[in-house]
Order: sequence, then structure tokens, then C-alpha cells
Amino acid sequence: MIHFDAVTKRYPGGHDALKRINLNIDTGELVFVTGHSGAGKSTLLRLIALIEKPTRGQLLVDQRSTRGISRWALPAYRRDIGMVFQDHKLLFDRSVFDNVALPLVIAGFNHRDIGKRVRAALDQVDLLHKEKQRPVTLSSGEQQRVGIARAIVARPRIVIADEPTGNLDPELSRGIMQLFERFCEVGVTMVIASHDLALIDQMGHRRLSLSQGELIHDTASLTNTQPLFAD
Amino acid sequence: MGAYLSRHLQVLIGSLGKLVENPLGTFATVLVIGITLALPAALHLLVKNALVATGGWQGASDFSVYLKMDTEETKARALATLLEARADIASVVLVTADDALAQFAAQSGFGDAIGALEDNPLPHRFNIRPLSGLGVEASALLQEELQNLAEADVVQLDTEWVARLQAGLNVATRVILIAGATFGIGLLVIIGNTIRLDIQNRRDEIEIMQLIGASDAFIRRPFLYTGLWYGLGGGMLALVLLAVMLALLSGPVGQLAGTYGSSWALVWLNWTEVGAVVGSGVALGLAGAWLATTRHMRRIDPT
Repeated sequence: MIHFDAVTKRYPGGHDALKRINLNIDTGELVFVTGHSGAGKSTLLRLIALIEKPTRGQLLVDQRSTRGISRWALPAYRRDIGMVFQDHKLLFDRSVFDNVALPLVIAGFNHRDIGKRVRAALDQVDLLHKEKQRPVTLSSGEQQRVGIARAIVARPRIVIADEPTGNLDPELSRGIMQLFERFCEVGVTMVIASHDLALIDQMGHRRLSLSQGELIHDTASLTNTQPLFAD
Repeated sequence: MGAYLSRHLQVLIGSLGKLVENPLGTFATVLVIGITLALPAALHLLVKNALVATGGWQGASDFSVYLKMDTEETKARALATLLEARADIASVVLVTADDALAQFAAQSGFGDAIGALEDNPLPHRFNIRPLSGLGVEASALLQEELQNLAEADVVQLDTEWVARLQAGLNVATRVILIAGATFGIGLLVIIGNTIRLDIQNRRDEIEIMQLIGASDAFIRRPFLYTGLWYGLGGGMLALVLLAVMLALLSGPVGQLAGTYGSSWALVWLNWTEVGAVVGSGVALGLAGAWLATTRHMRRIDPT
């Protein structure tokens, strides 16, 4: 589903955020990306969302090179990717329902379908009873779940999440991770950046370790000769 | 298609709602747009009224035919009757030399001096009023035929001042076009700048929309509708301002016309012109919003 072929990302000023990354993520896989801050986790996700473009190398999503996606085709590409942000990125001038409905409104769904799908998504994150509230009246964990509902409401094939449990207590974090596992079971490809190593180890999914822009460990690759990333 | 239309309608109403939430700021912007639209329209009304006023006078411009000095009065009377029968002449008034002299003596105050004259130095004269609505060519033909009369000495058609006024009004019309274009550019800037501030205030919202796959058209839509509302509101307000201006002027203008023995009243905009005022407001509002969104959305785009 997602294929990195010797991808290098160099930011203006010469800093290499990612160095010759080779990586393959299959459909329906749940992958954790770990590493210290500045290791390149966010850059990896931003490349998949096409917020950044590779400086060198090739990124294929669904067997299609992202290089050929023009500015005009970009919105359609992004509609197929659900994004969960650490800072939620909710719109505070509208209700929880309207926030979650936004991807469907953008995609041009009709009124009735929007209602059904939004309620289904809110039900999954257990926030159906708060659909009329404004995001400011919710706790941080609830806001994060609204963000997750918005990411999955249009049933994208890929969901990327950047530190989705960054500010949450362990109990809430576990709940959200279990939610992600459920999406994965219905065929959604999930890429989650996190530094919550204890939780990741418990869950036992594939884990990529980044350090200074290099992929130093991948639990899926048994031929890995590089040393394990020390926590 | 129904969903598409209802979505547009929703955004249209939504953007109006946002404007109403901030009534003072919205009114200030609409007022500026209204005044900017009303100024060239007021100039246009002024010229239009002047054209209507002078148009009436030009149609009634009379010929003065001065007969040769040796023409007998009886001959002149016969000629007057003959001329009056012509299809292109409405009326002929004969002013005899004696009448003319008496009039002149009475009006000029040189009565005594004129009394001392042995001979009347004035000729007989016809005041000829052509048929109203007579065209320029027919008018020229009539003038030529009058000139060709054996008894005619001088034929005068005093339309020079009308021609000058016409030329002046043509200049004024051109000035209005230039002023209109200049104010139009000004309006683009005003509306564009207002929308630009709006875009900056909603920067985060736009970024989020772009991240979750909203097309440029989708993001642009509420701003375009905001521009449309501004333009529409400004156009309506311009009409109100013009109506107030006209109401304030109609009293004094009526008095002025009264002194000329005319009941002429001010002319209001016709439907085409009303449409042009509102339409140019809407068009400029949309164009200003389009320019602002095109310029500033690119900057927010995270890619």
C-alpha cells in the first residue's frame, strides 16, 4: 500500500530529516513509528499525506507514484487518507457533529448519508451523546476522539496518526490504540507515530524505529542487521 | 445535483450569517462600497438629467428669418401664410419692422433716441418654429429652403450653445466612465482587502480543510459568497443613497425649473441602470473575493 524507495527528505538549510528510507507497508497493516523527537517520525507521515515531497527517491501509495500528483489532484488524494493530529486540529466555531461531518461535506455526500455516517463514527469513539457540543467543552481525550472520528468517517484506506495519545493518560491511550486496532481489522492501513514505547510493546504490532533520519529497526524485517534502537 | 445545490445554498446563507454576526464591521464595509458605487452613478444621473433638460430645448430651437429691407409688409404676410402651410413648420409669427422697433424701444430704454430716427432700420422678421421632433437633416433642409426664398436675407438657427452643451455633456459622460473604472478598481481593492483579513482570521480553518482534502473551490466558496453579499449590500445601499440625494435635490430643482416656466422634474434611474449599479457591485464583490482567495490560499497551503 505504501512503499518508500530510497526516500530522502532534505529541508531548506541542508538538514536531512529522512535519509534513504526503504520501507513497505501492506494493506491492512498497523505500523508504529517510534524514535526521539527530531528522528523523522513526523516527516515520514507528512510525506505520506503529501504535505511534504521527497527530495530524492520515490514514494508509491497504492502503486502510484506520488510525484505525479498535481496540486489539483492533491485534495482527492488526501480524501483517501484520514489524518489524526496531536493537537487535534478541530474547528472550534462549530459543533462536534459538524467537525466530524467536514470530510463528508467536502466529498459532496448528501445530507442523509452524512447524518448516518457521522453518527456511526461518533458511536465508534463513544461520543454520540456529545454531537451537539462545541469542541471547547470537551476534555483533551474527547477532542482527540473527535479528531479520530473525523479521520475515519469518510472510510479512507489509509489513516495516519501523529502522536495521537501524546497528551492522554495511559487508560485513554490504550482505549484509542484499541480503536485503531479495530479499524485495522476492517482493512484500513494504519501508520501511527508515537513515543509511548510501553504501550506499543504491549500491543505487539510492527514497529519502525527511526534515529536521525535513518530507519534503524523494523520488527517485520528478520534480516535486519542493524542494532536495536535502545530505549 | 440536489445535494450540490443545497450545499451552495447552505454556504450562501452561512456566509450571510457570519456577516450578520459582526454588524458594525459589515455595515462599515457595505457603506464604503455603497458610497463608492453611488458616486459615479450620481454623476451619471446628473448628466442624464442635463441631457433630458437640454434635449427638450434643442427640439424647439426656432429659426429667425430676416427679410430683405425692401420687402413690403403685405408681401411678408402672404409669405407667412404660405410658409405656415408647410408640413415641417409648426407655426410662423411675423414680427413687422414697426413692431420690432417698438419692442426694441420699449426694452432697450433708447426710446427717445430711436424716436429721432427718420427711417426704421429694422427688417420684417419671421419667428418660425419647426415641427417638434424634426430630425437634424430635415431641419437643415428647411433652413436651406428658407435661405433660398427670394425675400429672405438672413436665416438664423441659434443652436450653437446647444451644440456646446452637448459636447460638454459628452465630456462629462467620458469623465463618468473614467471615474467609474477608477472607483471600480478601488472597490476591488476594498473588497479584496476585507476578504484578505477574513482569510487571515480563518487561517487555521483553511489549513485544516486543505489537510483533510478540501479542493480550492470548496475553500474559496464561502469567501466568494461573502464578497457577493458585500457587493449586493453595497449596490442596494448605493441606490438608497442616490434616492436620498435625488429627494434632497428635487425641491430646489423644481424651483429652478419654475423660474424658466418649466415643470421639468428630476429623472430617476431606469431598470437597466438600477441593474447596472447592483450588478457591478455584485461582480466587483465576487472578483475582489476571487483575487484575495487566489492570492492568499496559496500562501496557507502547507505543501
